Amino acid sequence: MCRPGPVRHCGNMTLIEVSDLRKSYGGRPVVDGVSLAVEEGEIFGVLGPNGAGKTTTVESILGLRAPDSGTIRVCGLDPSADRAKTTLIVGAQLQESELQGKLTVAESLQLFAGCYPRPADWRTLAGRLGLEEKLNTRFAQLSGGQQQRLAIALALIGNPRVVVLDELTTGLDPAARREVWSLIEEVRASGVTILLVTHFMEEAQRLCDRVAIFDRGRVVALDTPSGLVAQTASGTVISFTPSRPLEEDVLAALPGLASVTHRDGRVTLAGTDETVNAVISLLARNRVSAHQLRVTDSTLDDAFLDLTGADA
Amino acid sequence: MSAATASPATSTTRPRPGRAVLRAELILFFREPGSVFWVMAFPTLLLLALGFIPSMTEPKEEIGGLSTVEAYVPVAVLLSMIMAGLMAMPPVITGYRERGILRRMSTTPVRPTAVLGAQVGLHAVASLISAVLTIAVGRIFSDVALPGQIVGYLLTLLLAVVCVLALGSLISALSPNTKMAQAVSISVFFPAMFAAGVYMPIQQMPDLMANIVEMLPFGAAAQALNQATAGDWPDLIHLGVLALWTLVLSAAAARWFRWE
Repeated sequence: MCRPGPVRHCGNMTLIEVSDLRKSYGGRPVVDGVSLAVEEGEIFGVLGPNGAGKTTTVESILGLRAPDSGTIRVCGLDPSADRAKTTLIVGAQLQESELQGKLTVAESLQLFAGCYPRPADWRTLAGRLGLEEKLNTRFAQLSGGQQQRLAIALALIGNPRVVVLDELTTGLDPAARREVWSLIEEVRASGVTILLVTHFMEEAQRLCDRVAIFDRGRVVALDTPSGLVAQTASGTVISFTPSRPLEEDVLAALPGLASVTHRDGRVTLAGTDETVNAVISLLARNRVSAHQLRVTDSTLDDAFLDLTGADA
Repeated sequence: MSAATASPATSTTRPRPGRAVLRAELILFFREPGSVFWVMAFPTLLLLALGFIPSMTEPKEEIGGLSTVEAYVPVAVLLSMIMAGLMAMPPVITGYRERGILRRMSTTPVRPTAVLGAQVGLHAVASLISAVLTIAVGRIFSDVALPGQIVGYLLTLLLAVVCVLALGSLISALSPNTKMAQAVSISVFFPAMFAAGVYMPIQQMPDLMANIVEMLPFGAAAQALNQATAGDWPDLIHLGVLALWTLVLSAAAARWFRWE
């Protein structure tokens, strides 16, 4: 599942720039010095445990909250001072936000189209998001996946340059989640920059060009998903059951080795690609056969736990 | 996807964001059959039913020579406003806040005040239409004379409708959720109906009670409507009481309203 994610900058313009953002509620810092920059055309992931300050940060970017200190620029605009202009550039899907339950899909699309001076054609948009069959269905009657597809359509209806998607796939079943993922990829392919808030590692690894990992109101790491994985101590994990015990100092001399664990006669080594090659030649030289040899990449999950779990 | 975002927009009409919101809220209003019935039909039906009881159409001395039906026309008019302002509107607004609809609107170029404005406007118009229906039914079926001082009557109606919607907005502002809004609305609803004269027209109340009720917005409104019906300009004290309540309630609602 580890996809080497090349950074695909469609332009080299910074669309969103956040520097040293701080926000406290009742004396408790929720966002504590966040800085990040989102480049045009990328899918930028904001990942972190609950309460890490993800939503507060994106709501500040949307202009829904005024930061205590720090600056935010969206295409050069200050979202809380230039609310009206910012709303034309940024489309949003908010966490735990519903629509009027008794409005149909078509009526909701018309309502939001009517809110923008230069909206996209709502029928075309409904077609692209697979909602044409559901135009006369009321919001409350839609499935979770359909509601989220409508949320994406409404985020796009003002022809924004960037969309903020906050926990878009939370609560969806795996099939609906994958469907929404391919829609997000299509949205990016159309040239819209995406700021994606999620707590699913798999989602970030699959979709994001770059990921900022939030923990306790700070950005603790910011890199490509593969870069984050590589940053962790153990990029590759090798495990096998040797036909006879191997000497400890021979194993310890392996290049790139991070850790060795023995359990029930099974050896697990954490290291790099170099370690893999060295282990294989070591086994061959000593005529030891390895049963159930497994080589796995550590995932963003491991990276995430490494980065946020240490002081949790 | 590219066409949707690359096309330089299919803006066939000038942006009228207020209109889009009003249209959606109008559709939604008519999808709440309960609200439509209690605001627009119930007060008129009540008057119609009274008109079919013979004793109700005979003049009575204790209500100043009016028949019960005549005395109930202003009451039915106020009843529709109370239904709109206290029973229909607050759960809608608190529901919008609870479910993040106001927050979602805030991310568009439309201010969420447009949603509140549409709600207040629609409920005002609905109860004014109901007032016209009530007066018409009284005139046609029970031979109740039209208001004698029409300007004074209209002025009182407008003040009363703004007042009740301000009260409803304040309830929405102070209630953390829809359940609380409904509970508060109910506890204000019965005193408001009493003051408007639903249980006993204000003319029939003992003096002390009438004096107290006149200080309440719907008691004052009921007195002003009675005077305008009889052809007199409503006493300034009644209009003043109503205006003061409206001012205080609106200011409080504006002060304490939270968008989320």
